[in-house]
Amino acid sequence: MRHIISVLMENEPGALSRVVGLFSQRNFNIETLNVAPTDDPTLSRLTLTTFGSDQVVEQITKQLNKLIDVVKLVDLTEGQHIEREMMLVKVRASGAQRAEVKRTVDIFRGNIVDMTPSIYTIQVVGESDKLDGFLHALSGMHILEVVRTGVSGIARGEKTLSL
Amino acid sequence: MELLSGGEMIARFLKDEGVEYIYGYPGGAALHIYDALHRQSDVKHILVRHEQAATHMADGYARATGKPGVVLVTSGPGATNTVTGIATAFMDSIPMVVICGQVMSYLIGEDAFQETDMVGVSRPIVKHSFSVKHPSEIPLILKKAFHIANSGRPGPVVVDVPKDMTMPNEKFEYNFPESVSLRSYTPPTKGHSGQIKKAVDLLLAAKRPMIYAGGGVIMGGASEQLTKLAKELGYPVTNTLMGLGGYSATDDQSVGMLGMHGSYEANQAMHHSDLILAIGARFDDRVTNDPDKFCPSAKIIHVDIDPASISKTIRADVPIVGPVIQVLEEMMGLIDDAPTRTNQDAIAGWWKQINEWRQVHGGRYDTSSEKIKPQAAVEACWRATNGDAYVASDVGQHQMFTAQYYKFSKPYRWINSGGLGTMGFGLPAAMGVKMNFPEETVVCVTGEGSIQMNIQELSTCLQYGIPVKILCLNNGSLGMVRQWQDMNYEGRHSNSYMDSLPEFKTLMDAYRHKYVEIRTKDELDAKMEEAFAMTDQLVFINCYVDPEEHVYPMQVPRGSMRDMFLSKTERT
Repeated sequence: MRHIISVLMENEPGALSRVVGLFSQRNFNIETLNVAPTDDPTLSRLTLTTFGSDQVVEQITKQLNKLIDVVKLVDLTEGQHIEREMMLVKVRASGAQRAEVKRTVDIFRGNIVDMTPSIYTIQVVGESDKLDGFLHALSGMHILEVVRTGVSGIARGEKTLSL
Repeated sequence: MELLSGGEMIARFLKDEGVEYIYGYPGGAALHIYDALHRQSDVKHILVRHEQAATHMADGYARATGKPGVVLVTSGPGATNTVTGIATAFMDSIPMVVICGQVMSYLIGEDAFQETDMVGVSRPIVKHSFSVKHPSEIPLILKKAFHIANSGRPGPVVVDVPKDMTMPNEKFEYNFPESVSLRSYTPPTKGHSGQIKKAVDLLLAAKRPMIYAGGGVIMGGASEQLTKLAKELGYPVTNTLMGLGGYSATDDQSVGMLGMHGSYEANQAMHHSDLILAIGARFDDRVTNDPDKFCPSAKIIHVDIDPASISKTIRADVPIVGPVIQVLEEMMGLIDDAPTRTNQDAIAGWWKQINEWRQVHGGRYDTSSEKIKPQAAVEACWRATNGDAYVASDVGQHQMFTAQYYKFSKPYRWINSGGLGTMGFGLPAAMGVKMNFPEETVVCVTGEGSIQMNIQELSTCLQYGIPVKILCLNNGSLGMVRQWQDMNYEGRHSNSYMDSLPEFKTLMDAYRHKYVEIRTKDELDAKMEEAFAMTDQLVFINCYVDPEEHVYPMQVPRGSMRDMFLSKTERT
């Protein structure tokens, strides 16, 4: 099953490599990963998605918690949560295709953030499935480049991951 | 206010932390630190002949005392040579602080002379690591390093010190930090009382209980508490390879070691038990055999300070995260106050069954052979040392024979590389023990293969006068490799035979150590006593043992706990 694990860790050099290293060292997989400092500059927030049985995910969270740089973590998929991913897609579009791409972007509530006479650069935000769906809808087009941020997420309601 | 250079701070901190010996080897990036050490006399530095040995010496010290061992090396090759020793300590949860020199901070990343990213290299085999960014951070970083290494589940910590952090003419305020707290690291101090209560209820109701005690009992200083609990309950105790001595092997309730080369009775009893109390043990693959076939009717109580050890390979029914000593004490209190007692009839029946199993193999070996059996050599060593020596071991058949036949009755006495299985560990580990317990008998049981992996340390023994005894069970081959080749490769002995051994006598002469040779069975006890009588000399006992001998019992691969080979011709 897919899990979203959100980690609050020390904003120290080497902290990220310890987290990433743990995954290869212990034969866990990482599907997506993103990391950035938080409003507290001493802390970074790292969000990763992984697939595994309950037992494997239990080991992942325990091993992550063992890292000295990890302050706190939560498996967001254990409760109600919001997840978002952003994608930028560069598509070659000319003539009649331009209108079709524009329509598709509107349907997915994306934005065209850059353009040339033959190219659209599109921004789409949403759950990973929606981003997959958008790419599928564009499958007849000439896609030049795709870049995704990986999942980031937050629990719904009162729950927070903070000090 | 006291102003010290970074190098002086390191020396001074070690003194203030109460460190007596450090083990290491100098080199360019560490020279400022070495100069600071030279200008004081509180911390004594032991110069090894290879950095790997420094880590094993520190490790041996840590295993015998429960306190962190300290290593000092230079950058690059000095640092990378410690990797095997750090990994050894990591696998066995041994507290250790390794201070590595590093190139000047402004050269890092430029492939400077003797530059290695030691924090990166060591990352998977340390509990944590630090890199010093400013000299004034040194006292706090070292305090954190010692705290992390020696609390919770212990382990090695690397501190990387760029040379410009130790400049003699750049001085900063030094204060010894009395304590330290880390917001992201708070090891558990107490097990969950509800879980402990649940565990005690299960323990008192058990009909076929087993206490399975590991190295955590020793490093957790809970040997006495374990013994008290086992005595109160009257239940059988089995120790892991790492846990030997945590419960006395000479006590009636001990059924010996369990696992791959565990006793017949320990493995049978585990398989048939209805309740396992696992304490400071981690259900290692060399213990469980096939996890799917592991102890089918047992409920499992698992006590460990590391939550990640619980339910990692074998699912625990009652997980308890906490220091073993505290959990055992709380269990004792609950048992004392409990309205019910143990099920006497069932336990008597269980002991009857275990005593029958004890008769099946009983640690037997061929005593009628003309040749010296390695088991007999270990038993003779046990007699010559009154069963009370500190025994460091290398890795292989001799290690297993020692684990089986040297009946450890006290904790901290059995010093072996259990998790990593590091050949070359024994001699330097024994040296680390002996330096700190000069009045005690310290023996390194080894083979002619293992001893050559750190044999250069005979020179260190000469320099500092470290009179360890080396018992070399010489079978002229890499015994455990050869055993597996006999069993799994139709006896094809690929590269397990050494046909150009040194003349050990000449070698000992070269290092001015003593040499005793044992070639026949009848001289075993007398020669052993002669060797151990030379208390102020290093003695190399070259004992020629039967190269055909195998270690038994041995679990059948991918079987259950009870599936064992009992000799070359018998299996369960």
